[in-house]
Amino acid sequence: MINLLILPILIPLITATILMFFSKQVKTQRTIAAVSTIGTVIASVILVITVSKEGIQTLNLGSWTAPFGITLVSDMLSALLVLTTSIITLLVVLYSFKSIGRDRERFYYYPVVQFLLVGVNGAFTTGDIFNLFVFFEVMLMSSYVLIVLGGTKVQLREGIKYILVNVISSALFVITVAYLYSVVGTLNMADISQKIASVGQPGILTAIAILFLIVFGLKGAIFPLYFWLPGSYYAPPTPILALFGALLTKVGVYSIIRTYTLFFYHDPGFTHEMLGILAILTIVVGCVGAIGFWDVKKIIIYNIVIAVGVILFGISTMNGEAMEGSIYYLIHDMLIKAALFLLIGVMISITGTTDVRKMGGLIKEYPWLGWTFLVAAFSLAGIPPLSGFIGKLLILKGSFSSEFYVGAFVILASSLIVLYSVIKIFLTGIWGVPKEYKGISKGHARYLWATSAVLVLLSVFYGLGADALRPLFSQAAEVLVDPQIYIDAVLKE
Amino acid sequence: MELLMAIVIGILFTCAVYLMLSKSLLRIIIGTAVLSHGAHLLILTVSSLKKGAPPLLGQHAESYVDPLPQALILTAIVISFGVTAFFLVLAYRAYQELGTDNMDQLRGNEGND
Repeated sequence: MINLLILPILIPLITATILMFFSKQVKTQRTIAAVSTIGTVIASVILVITVSKEGIQTLNLGSWTAPFGITLVSDMLSALLVLTTSIITLLVVLYSFKSIGRDRERFYYYPVVQFLLVGVNGAFTTGDIFNLFVFFEVMLMSSYVLIVLGGTKVQLREGIKYILVNVISSALFVITVAYLYSVVGTLNMADISQKIASVGQPGILTAIAILFLIVFGLKGAIFPLYFWLPGSYYAPPTPILALFGALLTKVGVYSIIRTYTLFFYHDPGFTHEMLGILAILTIVVGCVGAIGFWDVKKIIIYNIVIAVGVILFGISTMNGEAMEGSIYYLIHDMLIKAALFLLIGVMISITGTTDVRKMGGLIKEYPWLGWTFLVAAFSLAGIPPLSGFIGKLLILKGSFSSEFYVGAFVILASSLIVLYSVIKIFLTGIWGVPKEYKGISKGHARYLWATSAVLVLLSVFYGLGADALRPLFSQAAEVLVDPQIYIDAVLKE
Repeated sequence: MELLMAIVIGILFTCAVYLMLSKSLLRIIIGTAVLSHGAHLLILTVSSLKKGAPPLLGQHAESYVDPLPQALILTAIVISFGVTAFFLVLAYRAYQELGTDNMDQLRGNEGND
């Protein structure tokens, strides 16, 4: 089945189109959205299995051979990310049934979520730099709609800022692609890599590398380009926030990984050192924010920033082991961030406040919620045998063997701060003195908890089964360390 | 010719940045439009502006201009149209709801108290 790798893009696209016809029939919409997202998950599972058995899958659209047409490429990294994205979207869709509210559901909520899935899956799968831009725009356009859908004051205000930042970064993306095209004269990623290898990265390409870092750094929220994220992510309701926190920044991170391992690996002295320094600073600002706030949403939002820094530091070392760790940590972080956002969403809808000091004693009435949150918190901080541990361990091992001691130390210290910030929520909000709440009913809360608990469960299994999954990550890291594998797969004769 | 275009595009970028740093929301949106004009002209310019027939095979010319950047620009133009239309409607809606178009008054820090 040679068209397999387009299915995770095509299924949500067709679903979104169909869903637009039933905008007022909420029940029909829910059924179609859930069923088709399950279909997307199944297709991505098959994709991962196929890639692990037969190596990198490529698909030339319209039968034009590689550098001339658009090629879709699924290596292990993108297949795994597509699978994670589909699973998270499925659970967020299920969570939305009882959380997003009828008003939003009647105004094209499910179609827009499907379009977001199209954009994210497409961005992970494409092998063409301009096509990546187009999929970015598909994703961003859906996120613009999701961030303002409902039209409350804070959503409008933060929506304006979010759109402005992304319009600027998209224009920069177009400019950067134009520069790159003028130097190498091609848009196919494998072909670009080959052309850059043949000229050996002169100064102009280093400048383009930094421009790419700025563009994708704006999407992925690295220091000093993270400033838009805390405000914008605060505005939308929980399921949308979970989608954003788990998927959007990670697409920026993936693009940095792709460009820095496939294009600009010839002169790592400047570009990768810069990436490493920025990654460390990103961790530091994230930590400052995570300690500083008493608001549950804000604490988790700043934890996104920390994780982006950790992943990019692993990539910047250009060490095979650290890269494997980064890939592992990237997927762990997508799962656990979605889970945490959904869990604090349950807490917020029970208590009716986001301030952790106004919560307390949730463990009395909702013990299942409390213990799930504790597991998720430990997993986020990287306590063995949970899923955050192995990724960080590999990153640390890799950076110690490459003698990046400062970065390794910052990552270790940041784990403590991450743990402190989430345990703060647990001790004050979930432990503490019980209070009276008149939020949602218990059964309702139990449904919301169940969907988010599935994600926590998945991440627990992900941590326990790390050994079994190890070959997949080695396969993914192999392509990052040796881009020739990718080039050969795409430009095969 | 490329040098002249480069200078003009540079001026467009300068104007765009200046407009986007102002307080009024409409000026910011005009800035984004100017920015995308600059970006589109830049794609056209970087593929070198050498003389040639329009990329139509019916022209039977010896050389044609590069067709690829034109396709890229066409794509980028419709995308920026879509985004600008959404942005304008959002600005209108925000003006109705929030009663201001001054970015200074659109500040807020939720979760900061």
